[in-house]
Amino acid sequence: MPDRITTADVAHVAQLARLDLTEAELERLVVDLGAVLDHAAGVAALDTAGVPPTAHPLPLQNVLRPDEVRPSLDRDEVLAMAPQAEDNRFRVPSILGDGP
Amino acid sequence: MADPEAGARAYDIVVGLEVHCELRTVTKLFCGCRNAFGDEPNTNVCPVCLGLPGSLPVLNRQAVEYAMAVGLALSCEVRPSLFHRKNYFYPDMPKDYQVSQYDEPINVDGHLDLPDGSVVGIERAHMEEDTGKSSHVGGGGGRIHGADHSLVDYNRAGVPLVEIVSRPDIRSSAQAVDYVRELRAILVTTGASDGKMEEGSLRVDANVSVRPAGSDTLGTRCEIKNLNSLRSLGRAIDHEAARQWDLLDTGERIVQETRHWNEDLGRTVAGRSKEEAYDYRYFPEPDLVPLAPDDAWRDRVRAAIPMLPAARRARLCQAAGVDAALAGTVVELDLDTLVLAAISAKADGRRAVNRAVNEVAADIDAARRLDPAAFTKLLLLEDQGKLTATQAKQVLAELLTAGGDPVDIAAARGFEALGDDALAGAVDAAIASNPAEWERFKGGDAKVTGFFVGLVMRASGGKADGKAVTALLRERAAAG
Ligand SMILES: [Zn+2]
Repeated sequence: MPDRITTADVAHVAQLARLDLTEAELERLVVDLGAVLDHAAGVAALDTAGVPPTAHPLPLQNVLRPDEVRPSLDRDEVLAMAPQAEDNRFRVPSILGDGP
Repeated sequence: MADPEAGARAYDIVVGLEVHCELRTVTKLFCGCRNAFGDEPNTNVCPVCLGLPGSLPVLNRQAVEYAMAVGLALSCEVRPSLFHRKNYFYPDMPKDYQVSQYDEPINVDGHLDLPDGSVVGIERAHMEEDTGKSSHVGGGGGRIHGADHSLVDYNRAGVPLVEIVSRPDIRSSAQAVDYVRELRAILVTTGASDGKMEEGSLRVDANVSVRPAGSDTLGTRCEIKNLNSLRSLGRAIDHEAARQWDLLDTGERIVQETRHWNEDLGRTVAGRSKEEAYDYRYFPEPDLVPLAPDDAWRDRVRAAIPMLPAARRARLCQAAGVDAALAGTVVELDLDTLVLAAISAKADGRRAVNRAVNEVAADIDAARRLDPAAFTKLLLLEDQGKLTATQAKQVLAELLTAGGDPVDIAAARGFEALGDDALAGAVDAAIASNPAEWERFKGGDAKVTGFFVGLVMRASGGKADGKAVTALLRERAAAG
């Protein structure tokens, strides 16, 4: 069976998820994620012609709430959870770039 | 910079616009936190909009109805839709993903008709949540580059947005400005938006490209962000197009990138981060089920949309017999109801429009309190020649500042237009004492008309109606 995922793929995904992995962890994840992809490949091999795509596993749609205010959290409590706060705001390291 | 005239001959501009519109709901898209501009930082936050583990989003019904109303007002097809997670790491998005509609948006394939008759296609108008707001500390004047650190307020995180994406059908900066102005009027009419660009309720990104005149292939485009006024939008498109013309003129290549409009510098500046392509890894939001409005719901929303600006302009054009531009001004001032009330009471349509645009609009706050019945009565007094134009304007000014009955105001000021007999007497006296000028008038010299009108005005203490005087003079001349 061909490799479903390479070390480079795992490193790319780890970078996107901001995970700092060791070489050993990378190698282990190539094997683990490969097993997950093998499973998906098994599903993909089934004949699904004529089966509409499933948007959601629950047989529900239009779950809505009224546009009514509910209490928000206490600001001091919220900011106490942050690594750093300043001037009633969350303080974060300098952002390089302009965001998406 | 290339000569813009030369450039205008050599290239066409192609623009598509993405307009983010904050919906005017009471609460956020997926939680009951207040949706309010200008509140104390981080006071409208909860586990859902802070992305705390275990919290679950529930969709706001009113936000869905506003989104449907926007789509219907833009002649879109309203379809079953799904929410996706758009994954990225950026501090203004505490969940590390933004919930947005990706390949199954709620509204597709609409169009917007502009007052000049041109039509701009609407590709889609989908729902998504807004991000928080960062401010940058240290470095150069609050700018992101060189900042020491940033501070984030999550009050805006999770506020409902509709993003309206046009097709690349726009061909000039003026048309882009018209498009946003018309779109804003529609969004305000549906109740979806307060239309306040200065508060960020409406934010515009422009995709700009240029191509050789007459070509129908699309050039490489740049996306300009940070356009928070109509003035910025127009200037940014012109400057970006000129920058691209310059590159092509000198044989250089245009790089597809995001650029930011800097109003102070008057030019666009390259963004840095787009040098690496984003990989958003969209996948369906597992915590939200599909949204599929049925016909009955869609029809209810459609029925509740007030008359749109284009229909109001057409109605006024027809009723008042004025051109589209003038009707557009009245509708933009929201004075068409006032004018139509006067016209339905048989006031002259053109005069009603002119008084509305020139006098009433001069004090738009007072105009909102102006009694339509009093406005109508005043116009009829003027139509019937009982007040001169000058007198009518003075009475209208008092109606606007203090209200009251135009008949009483005119009487209190001693205004009464000259009666027919008195007017005829004054005209005949003027003719009799100026035989030479009268011969010239009879000979067709229009320049002496003003001379006679002035004489009659003076003799009547300003109570004569200029048009009536001119009519009488012509009558006398025709009679020999
Ligand atoms: Zn919340």
